[in-house]
Parts: sequence; structure tokens; C-alpha cells
Amino acid sequence: MIERHESVVVTTFVRGLVPLAQLFGLYVLVHGHESPGGGFQAGVVLAATFVLLALALGREVLDRRVSEPACLALACAGVLLYVLTGLVAIAGGGAFLDYAALPVPLPAARARWLGILLIECGVALTVAATLVLIFCRLAAREDAR
Amino acid sequence: MSEAAVAGLLVLLVLLALIAVRAADLLLAVVALGGYSFAMALVWAAIGAVDVAFTEAVVGAGVTMVFMLAALLRTSRRRSPVAVGIQQVALPVVLVVGFLLVALTTALPPWADPAAPAAVHVSPRYLERAVAETATPNVVTAVLADYRGYDTLIETVVILTAGLGCWLLLGRRTP
Repeated sequence: MIERHESVVVTTFVRGLVPLAQLFGLYVLVHGHESPGGGFQAGVVLAATFVLLALALGREVLDRRVSEPACLALACAGVLLYVLTGLVAIAGGGAFLDYAALPVPLPAARARWLGILLIECGVALTVAATLVLIFCRLAAREDAR
Repeated sequence: MSEAAVAGLLVLLVLLALIAVRAADLLLAVVALGGYSFAMALVWAAIGAVDVAFTEAVVGAGVTMVFMLAALLRTSRRRSPVAVGIQQVALPVVLVVGFLLVALTTALPPWADPAAPAAVHVSPRYLERAVAETATPNVVTAVLADYRGYDTLIETVVILTAGLGCWLLLGRRTP
């Protein structure tokens, strides 16, 4: 199956690359208002770092660093964050997902900006956690199934 | 990027698709599909759809390829033979549908036509007002997350349900 790579060049490079790639994922998430990207792309980049770790260091790294129940909870929490943002807008006197009605002391355009950031975080959580979850099961050992 | 470069990429797409369809070794087919996605991402970027290009590169050329490789590791690298009867039906179907699709492209508006139906409906309003209304210069983000927030919410639910389905299917213990 997916075993640890023998080359020290590969393992060292991946160990160094993964934190940078995760930082880039967060940048794509919070900078989606101004540049290409957003929650979906950020989620995939974050999930890809775990895939990369498993490809270079062997699938055991997933056992040590990833908890499937936690991923499940995060995937659901992303959708919940999205829905809650919509519901809070209703509580603030607007329509569902009308971020201008979010009860924050900001002008309407800034409140919409904040609402977009909140739901992009939700999308990123769901996408990242779902992809990691699928990869954990795909990469599982045959005998451990 | 020049039109010649886009034309070259489109030729590359056809070649990679042919390799993916014809390869006897599915590992080669998966790698060809990864290259296909990456060439497609370059095409998207060249015609100005940078957000789509980003998604195509990370999903198509990145994660999907690894998922397909992992699936190959669990199954077989060899293509199972297709029955001759199906092939004889498939060829005329592909030829007829392909001819219809190519013939219908003449009915589409020219590329980047400002008078195209899609460009005169709600798009001008989004382009004019997105920055004032949402403080978001990237109009793609403003449309996806705000003006079309319901669609994105339901898409996220689709991803979650599809992922849960895969997770449950793959997790079933084999007797």
C-alpha cells in the first residue's frame, strides 16, 4: 500500500513543504475576497497536504495525526457554520444568508464581507475534512479494514 | 497567453484524452488524466477564468489523481475487456452525439461576446455593484458566497453527503 518513501530527499522536502502549503491554504481562504481562491480551493489545498504527508511518510502518519471522528465532526461543523451564519442574519432582522443583517457594528458592505469570510471558512472546513476522511479510508491497509 | 498557445493546449488535451482512453495500463490512463486536468487548468487561466483554473489544478490534477491512484492500488491496474457488442453500439452513438455537439456550437454566441444572453442578464449588475455592496473586489467570490449563497450552501451539503457516502462504502468490512 502507501509506504514510507525511502529517499531522505523526498521525506525532508515534504516535511518542509507541508507547513508552507498549509499556510498557503489559509492565505487562499482569507484572501479570497481580493484574489483567486476561496473556501473550496483552500479546503482542497489543506487536504492535499495530508495526502502529501501520507504519500511521503507512509500511511501510518494518518493514524498518528488524523482522527476520523474529529474529521467527521469538522466536516459537519463546516456546514453548520454556513447555516448558522444564515440563521444569525435572520435573527438580525434580514433574510436567510443576508449578511448585511448580521448583528455586527459594521457598515452593510463590511458586514457582507464578514459574512462571506464566515461561510468560506465553513466551506473550507467541510471540503478539507471530507477529502481527508475519504483518503484515510482509501489508503487504509487491506488487512486493517 | 496567445491564441496559438491555447490552440496548442487544446491539441494536447485531445492527445491526452486519447492516451487515457486507449491505455491498457490504467496507471498510464490516470497519469494522462492528471495531465489533461493540468492542461485544462492552463486553458482556463489563459481565457481569464483564474478561479476555475485554480480549482481545476488542485482538484483535477492534484487530489483526484491521488484518489484514483489509491483506488488502483486497491483494485487492479489492468483494464477489464469491453464486450464487442457494446463497442459496436458505442461507436455510432459517439459519432452521432459528437456530430450534433459540434454542429450546435455554431448556435452559441461568439466567445467573450458582450451581447451574449449570459452577459446581459444579471452579470452587469454584479460587476457594477459587487465592490460597493460587499467590499469584495474578486467578483467571483462575491457571486459564489453572497449573491448565490444558497447554491454554495447546497453544494457544500452535496460535498458532505457524497463524502460521507464514500467514507461509509469504503469503511465496510469485507467478509
